[in-house]
Amino acid sequence: MKIGISGQIAKKFKNDSPNDSNTRLIVMLLLIVSALSIIFAVGIGPIYVHPSIVFKIMISKIPVISSVIIPDWTQLEENIVWGLRFPRVLLGMIVGASLAITGVAMQALVRNHLADPFILGVSSGASATATLGMIFGVFSFLGTYALSISAFIGAAATIILVYSLSKVNGRVNITQLLLSGVVIAMIMDAITSIITLSAPNALGLHSAAFWMAGSLAGAKWGYLKLPLIVMIICMVILLIHHRALNALLLGEEAAGTLGFNVGRLQKILVLSASLLAGVTISVSGSIGFVGLMVPHLTRLIVGSNHKNVLPVSAILGGILVVWTDVVARTAIAPEELPIGILTALIGGPFFIWLLKKKLKR
Amino acid sequence: MGLEVKDISYSYNEQIIFENISFRVTHGEFIGIIGPNGSGKSTLLKNLYRTLKPKSGTIFLDGKDLYKLTSKKVAKKIGVVGQENTVPFDFKVEEIVAMGRSPYKKLFSSDTIEDREIIKNSLRQIGMEAIANKNYSNLSGGEKQRVLIARVLAQQPEILILDEPTNHLDIHHQLQIFDLIKSLKLTVLAAIHDLNIAALYCDKIFVIKNGKIYKSGSPEEVLTSQLIYEVYGIQADITVHPITRKISVTYLPAGLHV
Repeated sequence: MKIGISGQIAKKFKNDSPNDSNTRLIVMLLLIVSALSIIFAVGIGPIYVHPSIVFKIMISKIPVISSVIIPDWTQLEENIVWGLRFPRVLLGMIVGASLAITGVAMQALVRNHLADPFILGVSSGASATATLGMIFGVFSFLGTYALSISAFIGAAATIILVYSLSKVNGRVNITQLLLSGVVIAMIMDAITSIITLSAPNALGLHSAAFWMAGSLAGAKWGYLKLPLIVMIICMVILLIHHRALNALLLGEEAAGTLGFNVGRLQKILVLSASLLAGVTISVSGSIGFVGLMVPHLTRLIVGSNHKNVLPVSAILGGILVVWTDVVARTAIAPEELPIGILTALIGGPFFIWLLKKKLKR
Repeated sequence: MGLEVKDISYSYNEQIIFENISFRVTHGEFIGIIGPNGSGKSTLLKNLYRTLKPKSGTIFLDGKDLYKLTSKKVAKKIGVVGQENTVPFDFKVEEIVAMGRSPYKKLFSSDTIEDREIIKNSLRQIGMEAIANKNYSNLSGGEKQRVLIARVLAQQPEILILDEPTNHLDIHHQLQIFDLIKSLKLTVLAAIHDLNIAALYCDKIFVIKNGKIYKSGSPEEVLTSQLIYEVYGIQADITVHPITRKISVTYLPAGLHV
C-alpha cells in the first residue's frame, strides 16, 4: 500500500526535474515555518499568551471546529490574540511577501540585484502622493481605497522616472540608477515632510514618521483585504510570466529574440511593482530593504529561476517581517520601535556587502 | 523561402547607418557579413532580428512581412547569438539552455519530457552535458558562447543570426564554434571580423562599407587584394591555400615594401 502511494506520487511528479521537487520541499518547509512563526509571534508581547492557547483561539474561529473546542482561555487573551495581534502578524506576512515580490519584479526590470522599492525611492514617492491625497482629498471619491490608489500613483511615477533616468544608451546604468533613486527619494521625503508638518492634525496616525519609518502598529482586520488581494493577483501575474522574467535577466535584446514582447513585459513589471509597493506602503509606511535582502537570500537557496524565486521570496519575506515586527514591539517595551528602522539596521550593511561583492566580480 | 530584405534603411539621430540594402538569403546558405568597424554590420543584423526597426523598406520571412509576425513566431524561425553574454544573475547552464524553448511554451505550460530531451541534445551537441549544472557566470568566455549556441539550438530555428559570435575568443574556440555552426546545416547569417574565418566557412560574403553593400559573392569573388584595400585601406596578399582550397588572406604591414 505504502509503495503504491509513493509510486503514484512518483508518477505524478515524473515530469519534474529534481530541482523542482527540491523547491517544492523548500516551499512546504517554509510554509510550516511561517505557520509556526504566526502562532509564536501572536503569543509574544507585553502580555504573553502560550502558543497552544493561540492555536486554540485561532482554530476556534473556524466555523466547523468551533463547536468542538472548549474555551479554556480568558476573554482578555481572546481579545489580544484575535483583535490585536493576529491581524498585525497577518499584515506582517502580507507586507513582507509583497515587499519581497516587489523587489523581485524591480530587479528583473533593471537587471540588477540592488533594486529595492526603498533604495530606488519608490517608497518615498508612494508616501508623498499618499500624504498629498490625504491632505487635498484628491482621490476621496474612491472611498476606502483612496490612500492605496494615491500611493500607487506615486510609486508608479517614481519607478518610471528612476528607470528612465538610469537608462544610458538604452541600457540601465547602475550608478545612474542608484543615484537617481537616492535623489528622488530625498525630494519625495522632503515633500512628505512639508505636507505633514504644515497640516499636523489632518493626518492623524499617518504622520511623516509613520511614512518614513514604517510600522505595523494599528493593524486591523479591515486593513488586510486589499493588500492580500493585490499580493495574490500580482503574484499570479508574475508567476505566469516567469519564463519571460528569466529571459529578461539575459537582457532586453535576448528576451526579444526568445519571442517575448519586452515592452509589454516591462509595463507589467512597472505596474505590478507599483501596485504592490503602493498598497503595502499605504498600510505599513515604508519598510526598507526587505525587497533587497529576501530575493537575494532566496536566490542563494533556489537559484535565479523566477518560478522558484517568486513563491520562496514571498514566504521568506513574510517570515522576516513578522519576526522583525516582534523585535520592534518588544525591544524597548512598552515603547515601540518603527519596524522600518530595524530593517534598515540589518538591510543597510547587507546592501554594502552586496555592493562590495558585486564590485569584486 | 528564407529571408528577403528589400530596400531597408536605418538612421539613428539623423545619421544614416545604412541605406537601401537589399538581399536574399536562401535555405541552407552560410552568409558572412564583413566590413570595417562602424560600417553598420551589427545594426543591419539588429534590424533583421527586430531589435531595431528599419526606417523604411521591408523584410520578408518566408514570404511574410517580418514586422507583422508575432515575436513568438519569429523566435521559432530565427535564432540569435549576439555579442553580449554577461548575465548578472546566477543561472545554471541547463537553465540558460532551457530558455531556448520559450517560444514553444504557452503561459501556463511547464517543461515537457520532450523539452528536456531537446535541451539535453543541445548540450550534447556542444559537448557540455557534463557541466549542465554548473553556474553560467563562472564559465570562461568560450564556454559561455557555446552555452548560448546550445540555447539557440534548443530554440530549433531555421535561420541563425550571429553577431561576431567569436569576438574575444582565442583561435581554438573560434574554430570550434564555427565548425559547430557549420555542422548544423542551418541557414546562417553571421557578422564576421576575421576575413580568413569568413573565407573558410562562408558560401557567400556581403561586404558592407559606409552603410551600403559594397560587394557580394563567393569568397573567391569578393576577397581580392583590391577590395580589401578599398574597404579596409590595407595591403593584403590573397592566395588559395593548398590544403583548404579556400582563400587565404595575408595582411601586409605598411612598413613592408614589396
